[in-house]
Amino acid sequence: MTETLPGAAIPNPTDEAAITAAVDQAVAAIAGAGTLDELKAVRLAHTGEKSPLSLANREIGKLPKEQKALAGKLMGASRGRVNKALADRTAELEAENDARILLEETVDVTAAPRRRRAGARHPLSTLQDRVADIFVGMGWEIAEGPEVESEWFNFDALNFKPDHPAREMQDTFFVEPPEAHLLMRTHTSPVQVRSMLERELPIYVLCPGKVFRTDELDATHTPVFHQFEGLAIDKHLSMADLRGTLEHFARQMFGDEAQIRLRPNYFPFTEPSAELDIWHPGAKGGPRWIEWGGCGMVNPSVLRAAGIDPDVYSGFAFGMGIERTLMFRNEVGDMRDMIEGDVRFSEHFGMEI
Amino acid sequence: MTELVKVGFEEEDVHRPTDTLQGPIVVGQVLSLVKEPQTNGKTINWCQVRVVPEGQDQTLTGDGIDPSGVQGIICGAHNFVEGDKVVVTLPGAVLPGNFHISARKTYGHLSAGMIASVRELGIGEDHDGILVLSRIGLDPEIGTDAMELLGLYDQAAEINVTPDRGYAFSIRGVAREYAHATGTTFTDPASRVTAPAELSGGYGVKINDDAPIYGKPGCDRFVARTVRGVDATKPTPPWMVSRLRLAGIRSISLPVDISNYVMLELGQPTHCYDKDTLSGDIVVRRALAGEKITTLDGKERALDAEDLLITDASGPIGIAGVMGGAATEVGDSTSTVLVEAAHFDEVSIARSRRRHKLPSEASKRFERGVDWHVAGIAAQRVVDLLVELAGGTADQAGTDVGNAPGSVSIELPQAFAAARIGIDFTEEQIVTSLEDLGAAVEKNDGGWTVTAPSWRNDLETKEDLSEEIARLVGYDKIPATLPVAPPGRGLTRVQQQRRRLIQALADAGLTEVLSYPFVSKSANDTFGVAEQGADRTAVKLANPISEEQGFLRTSILPGLIEVAKRNHSRGFRDLALFESGLVFLPGGTVGTASIPPLGVKPSDEVLDGLYDGVPAQPFHFAAVLTGHDSPAAAGHAPRPWDWADALDLARVAGDVLGVEVLVSQGSHQAFHPGRAARLSLRNGEVVGYAGELHPKLLAASDMPARSVALELNADALFDAAPDVIVARHISTFPVATQDVALVVPAEVPAADVLAALREGAGELLEDVALFDVYAGKGIEEGKKSLAFGLRFRANDRTLTADEASAARESAVALAAERFGAVQR
Repeated sequence: MTETLPGAAIPNPTDEAAITAAVDQAVAAIAGAGTLDELKAVRLAHTGEKSPLSLANREIGKLPKEQKALAGKLMGASRGRVNKALADRTAELEAENDARILLEETVDVTAAPRRRRAGARHPLSTLQDRVADIFVGMGWEIAEGPEVESEWFNFDALNFKPDHPAREMQDTFFVEPPEAHLLMRTHTSPVQVRSMLERELPIYVLCPGKVFRTDELDATHTPVFHQFEGLAIDKHLSMADLRGTLEHFARQMFGDEAQIRLRPNYFPFTEPSAELDIWHPGAKGGPRWIEWGGCGMVNPSVLRAAGIDPDVYSGFAFGMGIERTLMFRNEVGDMRDMIEGDVRFSEHFGMEI
Repeated sequence: MTELVKVGFEEEDVHRPTDTLQGPIVVGQVLSLVKEPQTNGKTINWCQVRVVPEGQDQTLTGDGIDPSGVQGIICGAHNFVEGDKVVVTLPGAVLPGNFHISARKTYGHLSAGMIASVRELGIGEDHDGILVLSRIGLDPEIGTDAMELLGLYDQAAEINVTPDRGYAFSIRGVAREYAHATGTTFTDPASRVTAPAELSGGYGVKINDDAPIYGKPGCDRFVARTVRGVDATKPTPPWMVSRLRLAGIRSISLPVDISNYVMLELGQPTHCYDKDTLSGDIVVRRALAGEKITTLDGKERALDAEDLLITDASGPIGIAGVMGGAATEVGDSTSTVLVEAAHFDEVSIARSRRRHKLPSEASKRFERGVDWHVAGIAAQRVVDLLVELAGGTADQAGTDVGNAPGSVSIELPQAFAAARIGIDFTEEQIVTSLEDLGAAVEKNDGGWTVTAPSWRNDLETKEDLSEEIARLVGYDKIPATLPVAPPGRGLTRVQQQRRRLIQALADAGLTEVLSYPFVSKSANDTFGVAEQGADRTAVKLANPISEEQGFLRTSILPGLIEVAKRNHSRGFRDLALFESGLVFLPGGTVGTASIPPLGVKPSDEVLDGLYDGVPAQPFHFAAVLTGHDSPAAAGHAPRPWDWADALDLARVAGDVLGVEVLVSQGSHQAFHPGRAARLSLRNGEVVGYAGELHPKLLAASDMPARSVALELNADALFDAAPDVIVARHISTFPVATQDVALVVPAEVPAADVLAALREGAGELLEDVALFDVYAGKGIEEGKKSLAFGLRFRANDRTLTADEASAARESAVALAAERFGAVQR
């Protein structure tokens, strides 16, 4: 690339027409530069040392004194015009260039790979936490106990008479040797007994956990399942308090529209006893009552077994299955989905329930 | 019958023959019967059957109904003759199995209907021939609605009876409950039977129980009645057969059917003996050593000294209240029947039933409790029916021995029921409810004295009475009030730690699963202990679901690996699973030799014994990783999980709990011998293992090679977590970093060198990290080079290069002293 325009004569720095012509030529060339590289060539041609304007500028020194000021002013203005045109064009071309690079960097965002594996909680475990939180919010505490338990805590303390059919209906796993009176707890009620023995009165506890019955696994049965049982022991508690507590819980769990129903039933550890139904407006096949659990007023024999005077204190208790709750709340159709550990089951729920 | 749910009897099902059976089904008489041999060797009967009385018009219309009142019907059975009255299903009728009857051409005739067998009607199994009505003692008018005749319009509701309500195993009991639920008037069926006030001179019976259980005599009443001249072969009337069938009881013979019918009606099981097979007095007593009996089901049973028996001079003739003996059974030739109606102790019957695995209709009632007072009435009812239906004659003389138990009186204070239920009951509600139950109610100063009815052995306390009052007034009347608990403490620290741990593992990308705690002995032997052959006792179940998985887990990993396998076989190759839960580690003491009685608080000593007998059950968590850390995708190369990931998860668990998990080279039979880490706490307690599972174990369980796992005793971590974390001063002075490469023998663990550097560098060291491990060219055989980055900073000044170097040199010096480390 040449530094001067071929064949161009050195313009006279006092010749305004010639200088303007050179400036116009430069500005046109600048505007015509399509890339930053072309612009660089144009800049050298029109503002470089051998460019007509630079050469004309150098001529100013040779001029007579009286012409110098005029020529200087003319040349200064002319070179200013050229420099501004250059700066403007440079900014324009740089912006274009930046935009082009960004455009070229475009990716298909829809083809992004998943790099992080999202983990998941088991919904039974999430639901158990949710239930516990509702009761903790009411000032209750969460109590826990062993899964292999002494027969006394699981049955006798709960007023199951040794030869009563109710005891057999529990389908109990016994531990070897049977003479040691150990079993796998058939409900979380032994935790209630332990709570009554260990805690100060009044008592408001929720006992969630695993329980065991000798049922074969099928669509609606499993030998290992989860329950939560509540126990309140205080002065002057009545069945109305039981109903109020269950109603409050049901509404926290299923919304303000939730309704409950109590039906007479029998459990050795409560008297009166009731079956608890919940109204399920969204049930498959239409709204209906769904059997949810059992409840009642703690049998005085149970209080006495824990050293609590039934003439001073009364209490209520209730228990529901977590699997069952999940089945009708979240429309789980088959018990096996909850226990086989298929990752699709947990992952569908993620961290929520 | 759904009303019964209000008073506590859930309806399970409704049994209605008309659901599968529709008329017209009528009585017909066979006018003529022509035998027509067929080419296939069979002979069929072409019958003319009158289905409308002669001289009357056929009022039915429709396809195939002959206006003459005589139907032509083809019948393949041969057990009937001209003149027999039979059941005719006319065109338009529907039989069980959705079998529509129509007139159709067959064997060259238009057969317009069917002559039915009991099986076709859905009321029996007999298919040998059609039902000839005279053979079941019937001679109805032609054209009679046969469904009516056979009781097929009867319906039964199946209800669930809770184990406390023995009285509800009878129409007598359920009818009373139905009256409670609906307000209809109740008439006690027992009141319609007239039994003599006293009996004497009957068959000799002695009650001789020398080993009562819990001090209660096994038998406290025995009524025996004799009926002579019975025709045991007489058919049972269809109304009775129908009712028995709806109650799930098969018709056997008239005397047996009567006995069962009375049991359903009054709740009292009775037994009929062929009196001619008895010898000597009946004695009710416990079994003697070595005694045996063959029961009605034909099985010979060895008797236990606790079994209560009915015996005669020949020995046992029945297990009391459970099942009678075969030798004294009534049969076709029986003509004198001895009727037994006795009252037995609940516990004694329950034990015999369990011992002999004989859940009979009788034992079901006795072990829940039968009304002592109804025995004589039930015996009379059986006698009456044997006279009426079997043509017998009752002896005037009879036997009634035993003593009535005392009645149960309960004091019910005035305000008690209201306080317990939360309903402000009126006096009238209380008294009426209790009287409706059959209780006697007497007003006293502070409330009432209530005498429970003799059939309600479940009513013992004032709490029981308040349930009855609430039940009859209606549970739907109970208001809702919300009790306020005292200020609570929220979740305990361990409960919070457990949640944080589980959430952290899920957040780390793992999927939480659950598995059963039932494992095999070999699974426990492999995973429960670090060293092969080491002793770990496990809890064995007495009645496991499968003998193969007869033990409780001492480690979570066997179950978790099964879950991983299941997922793998379902096509999921990249897995990161975790489970948390209890493991079962029995110690020296297992259980207690006896357990204290119910209703009384045991002494502290006894309670401590119960607590100590329960095996330790620490909370563990475990994870299994196999395949890659993420799914393969365009532009992303997933990383295979490796042993370090297992270790990392253990350290994440420590991090979220604020507990330092120390790693050392470990050895555990379930893990790769060179790729297992022992995980421990600062105090030296070993809390778990992590690393690559043993290749042989993986191969044996069809798991992919290089699968990794970890298991930690989470309870131990929770325990080690600090109560309060003391803040550390944050220095803003500049950092000085120095690297050092040390050559050490290959077997020296990096973690030990790092610990030496940390210790040797002193207080100025802020952090140290291993950033490179190298062995090979330039490094002597049997040695390796470990490169560490050390970061120094002071709390109060900018460190000079000399200070940092001095600290580094003293760090290196300690590593040199301990491991012969040489700076490269």
